[in-house]
Amino acid sequence: MTQAQRRLAFLLGSAGLAAFYLWGLFGLPGFGNYPGPYGFIINRIAVGQTDATGVVSTVNFEYRGFDTVGEEFILFAAAAGVATVLRRLRGEQERPAVDEAADRQVPPTSSAIRMIALLFTGPVVVMGWWLASHAQTNPSGGFQGGVILATAFVLIYLSGEFVVFKRISPVDVTDVVEAVGAGGFAAVGVSAVAMGLPYLSNFLPLGSVPGAVSSSGTIALISFFVGLEVAAAFILIIGELLEQTLLIRQGGQ
Amino acid sequence: MAYIPFIVVVWILMVGLYGIVTSRDLIHLIICLIVVQSSTYVLLLGVGYVTGAVAPYFYDVPVHTPAVDPVVQALALTDVVVEAAVTALLLAFAIQAHKRFGTLDPHELASLKG
Repeated sequence: MTQAQRRLAFLLGSAGLAAFYLWGLFGLPGFGNYPGPYGFIINRIAVGQTDATGVVSTVNFEYRGFDTVGEEFILFAAAAGVATVLRRLRGEQERPAVDEAADRQVPPTSSAIRMIALLFTGPVVVMGWWLASHAQTNPSGGFQGGVILATAFVLIYLSGEFVVFKRISPVDVTDVVEAVGAGGFAAVGVSAVAMGLPYLSNFLPLGSVPGAVSSSGTIALISFFVGLEVAAAFILIIGELLEQTLLIRQGGQ
Repeated sequence: MAYIPFIVVVWILMVGLYGIVTSRDLIHLIICLIVVQSSTYVLLLGVGYVTGAVAPYFYDVPVHTPAVDPVVQALALTDVVVEAAVTALLLAFAIQAHKRFGTLDPHELASLKG
């Protein structure tokens, strides 16, 4: 099948798909006319039930917390999958990250990039941590915070220090952090069961003021664990991908 | 005018699918898959939107302020996480494919298998 034939077959098929898809979407209530009722009910009762003012986090970590356990383990499995697919295969060997053609002209990492990466690392850690610990109050949460925390490590790599990147995120440590994050979420659920409540019930005191950092019971705790898990998973995935290009080469010495 | 977001959804989906079908590079193909998935974010957020309503956060607005549907927003978050997981795995497969067959062109990869 030539490229032109492929394109023609795709255009014919996709025209049909687009037509049916549009037909289906036009049967929905128009944009801005959300009919409810679930969203409206949750918006009305969530703050009173959990003392958390971020209703999206409440949905994620409370009303459909069981789903989010699965979601977190999807990421966990993906990190494990990447590590498995990119393991050192037979006939490959790791070599130290040294420049073998020392005489070639490599432009050094510019000092502007080094400075900016260095300047941003601290604030990025603070911001990621703040996001991971404020799921109950505002549009943040463990998933967003975790990704931003992992970004801090990528900034260190960007500043030209792959060796430092590996030293401050050794696989043993990130593995443990990831396991604690994933296991912590599940453990919160099991603790509720141990107290005679349904899995993932909100068994902690809710605090007194809606919107306070200390409010919302298990929502804040789960968000913290998710932040750990996501940050560690992303650092592992990024580290594996970088290691492929920098350390592992085909063939023997 | 109430259906423009849904037309955008179909448009993004079609652009991404076209990219996948005509792609000559696995990395490009993976990015096109991300484009396809992006159409679902627009769909989810479009379905839950209420004209004139605020985001479902009641930190600085009274609890009974009309707000958009938080359920679809939570689903969009799930969507993003799944996308990140799928992308990471696909990139790992692309690396291994390149190591084994020395090419990232899907057509050449297919002809290698016969």
